[in-house]
Amino acid sequence: MAVPARRRAADVVAFAFASLATVFGLFWLFWILWTTLSQGAAALTPALFMEMTPPPGASGGLINAFYGSAAMILLAIVIGTPIGVAAGTYLAEQGRYTRLAATVSFINDILLSAPSIVIGLFIYEVVVRSMGHFSGYAGALALAMILLPIVVRTTEESLRLVPDQMREAGFALGLPRWRVTSRVLYRAAQSAIVTGVLLAVARIAGETAPLLFTALNNQFWSTSLNGPLANVPVVIFQYAMSPYDEWHTLAWAGAFVLTSFVLLLNLAVRVVARKGTRS
Amino acid sequence: MNGSLTQGREITVETPDRKSGEFADRLFHAITIAAACFVLLLLGATALSMAWGGRLAFKTFGLAFITSSDWDVPAGKFGALVPIYGTLVTSAIALLIAVPVSIGIALFLTDIAPRWTRGPIAVAIELLAAVPSIIYGMWGLFIFAPFMATHVEPWLSEHLGNSPLVGPLFSGPPIGIGMLTAGIVLGIMVIPFIAAVAREVFSAVPPSLKESAVALGSTRWEILSRVTLPYTRSAIVGAVFLGLGRALGETMAVTFVLGNAHELSASLLMPSNSIAAAIANEFTEADTELYRSSLIALGFLLFVVTFIVLTIAKLLLMRINRQLGRTS
Repeated sequence: MAVPARRRAADVVAFAFASLATVFGLFWLFWILWTTLSQGAAALTPALFMEMTPPPGASGGLINAFYGSAAMILLAIVIGTPIGVAAGTYLAEQGRYTRLAATVSFINDILLSAPSIVIGLFIYEVVVRSMGHFSGYAGALALAMILLPIVVRTTEESLRLVPDQMREAGFALGLPRWRVTSRVLYRAAQSAIVTGVLLAVARIAGETAPLLFTALNNQFWSTSLNGPLANVPVVIFQYAMSPYDEWHTLAWAGAFVLTSFVLLLNLAVRVVARKGTRS
Repeated sequence: MNGSLTQGREITVETPDRKSGEFADRLFHAITIAAACFVLLLLGATALSMAWGGRLAFKTFGLAFITSSDWDVPAGKFGALVPIYGTLVTSAIALLIAVPVSIGIALFLTDIAPRWTRGPIAVAIELLAAVPSIIYGMWGLFIFAPFMATHVEPWLSEHLGNSPLVGPLFSGPPIGIGMLTAGIVLGIMVIPFIAAVAREVFSAVPPSLKESAVALGSTRWEILSRVTLPYTRSAIVGAVFLGLGRALGETMAVTFVLGNAHELSASLLMPSNSIAAAIANEFTEADTELYRSSLIALGFLLFVVTFIVLTIAKLLLMRINRQLGRTS
């Protein structure tokens, strides 16, 4: 029995549309990646990793920005990870089925998608204002606040995946709860939690909005986190918006390094995570 | 006798150890509960500090802060209508593009694509979400805006600029920087977020439902429109709200291509402003208390609106998760 032509036509149209939509989505990805890679590769020089951000019209590198970004990301990990793991532990273990855990889980999801510029404003109001000046510490705190909900979420999810038999076996040995969690559950969930932290790093590495008025920027070499600190995203922003060609070139080089870092980290995490689930 | 005595002694040796275990347990519990409460506290503190920082603007201008389009820095007059309007219009354009495309992608990945291509395509779409927004912004400024100015916008203003109904939307000089370009870039950005959730939701439709439809002789399109979409409707709306939450608060992608203009114009081809872009562009230049307070008040509005939008999204998505038997 043949399907009437009209119904078949509707079917073909719908599926052509779905295929086109996918091509459309992938098209932008490749266009944006191609632009970044071709413009950035042309701008890559050894000086990029050896010289400081230049004044307008001169050539230079981004070494101070790389340093500043790395320092703030590391500090953000150090601050955000323990709190995130502890909170995720409460949601999945200590506070399972409690109303508080449900509320925190809900709010955490909202923090996860909260506009990052608002987080920048919050850190400005709380930290920059009370310190009296922009600082790398403020920038790191803003990044930590973006990292935190991601770590909470992945910790909660990965602890939930640990089978209950592991907990029961631990309790049967007479271990107190905190030892079961720290010695058994964390070990089982370890790689998933690390994956979450790495994905969070990939996310905060490119965050610009929360750094604009917390870490600000610094044209000079400064290792102190207690003052304005150069960082890759804000340098890219300022240089791209400037009228100088040399600065545009440097912005593309920065964009190239940043994008490669973020995408490679994402891919590496995926490959490792897949291997982990297969074995 | 002797043996049981030793055992008794051993127990007395163990008792203090157990007590210290109890103490450590309580300490551990306290630490995790404190961390969990800290997350709540952060959100509350953010809302409060925005409201506190913006109080001067709200007190000075009252409701006019939202209804006035005056943004006159030297005169100290701040009305947020233009950024609010720009935020809403660009987000609307973004959703207009992203929603059908995302649903198409989700459908393609669950029902059409050959099985071996599904994984790689899904990863590619997810990478689109991982690209930092500042890269979208740069690409928008240097590549996409000139492309719009030379190829798309002249055509739009020529063919649609004089039509009676939509004419005002497409009139004006084709400069490439403006609400239309910003909306399209935003749309590309939110596609992966909506597509990822929609795909997950589609794959949660019980196979028996689809199989029954197949048995009744439905085409694949009929399965989608009469089974899958009705079954997943609320979750799809949730996914759209999630995308809307992203679009409203997105800063860098928009700041580059919106033009930072404070004039209200109907045309989508004209430069405009958004809440996030205004804060990003002007906050470090704000030299008076009132100016800074007005920008923080803008941040407060943005925060409240995205909070509501994301809450709706989460509530709608929770329903399908419950159907899937998940707790979160």
